[in-house]
Amino acid sequence: MDVESFVTVLSHIDQYWSGFVRTLTTSIAALIMSFILGFTIASLRVSGIKILAFFARWYVEFLRNTPLLVQIFFLYYALPQLNIGFLNLSGFQAGMLGLTFYTAAYIAEIVRAGIQTVHSGQMEAARSSGLSYFQAMVHIILPQAFRIVIPPLGTQFINLVKNSAVLTFFAGYDLMYVADSLQGSTGEVFAVYIIAGGFYLMMTIPLSVLVNFLERKLLV
Amino acid sequence: MVMLAMILSFSFLLAACGGDGSGDVEAGTLDGIKERGKLVAGVKYDVKLFGLKDPESGDVKGYDIDLMKALAKHIFGEDKDIDEILELVQVNSKTRMEMASSGEIDLASATATITAEREETVDFSNVYFVAGQSLLVKEGSDIKSIEDLGADTTVIAVKGSTSEKNIREKAPDAKVSLYDDYAQAFTALKSGKGDTLTTDNAILAGMHKQDPSYVLTGGLFTEEPYGMIFNSEDDEFREYVNDFLNEMKESGELAEIHKKWFGEAPPENILKENPHLN
Repeated sequence: MDVESFVTVLSHIDQYWSGFVRTLTTSIAALIMSFILGFTIASLRVSGIKILAFFARWYVEFLRNTPLLVQIFFLYYALPQLNIGFLNLSGFQAGMLGLTFYTAAYIAEIVRAGIQTVHSGQMEAARSSGLSYFQAMVHIILPQAFRIVIPPLGTQFINLVKNSAVLTFFAGYDLMYVADSLQGSTGEVFAVYIIAGGFYLMMTIPLSVLVNFLERKLLV
Repeated sequence: MVMLAMILSFSFLLAACGGDGSGDVEAGTLDGIKERGKLVAGVKYDVKLFGLKDPESGDVKGYDIDLMKALAKHIFGEDKDIDEILELVQVNSKTRMEMASSGEIDLASATATITAEREETVDFSNVYFVAGQSLLVKEGSDIKSIEDLGADTTVIAVKGSTSEKNIREKAPDAKVSLYDDYAQAFTALKSGKGDTLTTDNAILAGMHKQDPSYVLTGGLFTEEPYGMIFNSEDDEFREYVNDFLNEMKESGELAEIHKKWFGEAPPENILKENPHLN
């Protein structure tokens, strides 16, 4: 490892930037979709409707207990075997969907735990003062639950960004893919992955700061 | 088992000593082979299609093996039992030149690329296989050669391979998708993630064997000539093997063996004098 190897690798900096953009867009898209999906699953679990809660529970068990890599391999390589045109996903699409489904399972658990942490007396009090179940949820329970779940949610979103590195296995053109192919073409190892790590930090550090900020802001 | 190995290596030692005992190179490798009653050929045991040992039967099979069998029969006659007249010895890329020089083996037919540097220590036969980069496509694909790789085609390659570098130079417009290993790359091609897969023709031939609906196309756009390795002191035996190979080419036997392993006839320039011979 020497300065020269960094110079060699840095001459491909535009490739890193394109990988950075791909990782960032994948992560943001997966972040938004996994939040919506995870929140929906959590709602189903605490809805009190047995069949929905059952479905939600098994969604979480399946997705949380199998490796992300297996899930994305399935989406990327196995689905095309069905010979349905639109199911032949690109590496980017398969990666984004895989990350969404996987992360949503964790988010569902975090949100459910948050809701259940709010003392059950709160719900009873709200219901007895005339609010409907839905109103009590939205106005009393969720605002409190939200505050509790901010730190673990933040951790999960940071994990999401890092997990997006699996796209490298599916020709996803993300940061890790760029690093891997540069490693192959330049033969440099140290510089290639140090710089890749730096680019990941450019995404995850601001995310950490944002989460800390929200945590303080929402502190009662 | 250990006993057997000991006996084998001992007899080996004797054979080697015998070779040295007769001393002068003038006696010649060919005479040595005839005296001994068997050909001792160095081959690889771990290269698919060239020389691969089947762990169940213990048989070594491949293009190199078939050529050595034919050579042994050429020397001793068709009617002999092949196990009596041919002894295969496992070599690898590090040992094959040293073993041919020392006379431990009569020759090595072991996927060796002919280079000027290697020519300084050993001699090579004429080119008996032309390795090179080629394309694998689904049967009936529009891609017939490297010129068909435009901006709207995706080429699958393996990360860090020389074939990746080559394809970027030879088909600069095509989109290149990289995978971690050949198994994944082939799965990606079969899943329709790209239009063609590129790497060495021998590896592609292995994939073709696995799924014959995928075929090699467009010939070779890089070339690596393979030659058999000989002791540089003995031109007679090398010439003998070259003549034997030419006879096999004319009789069509060579094309047959080539087809058996690689699914296609050998290229035009096979058995031409190797390009680096001084």
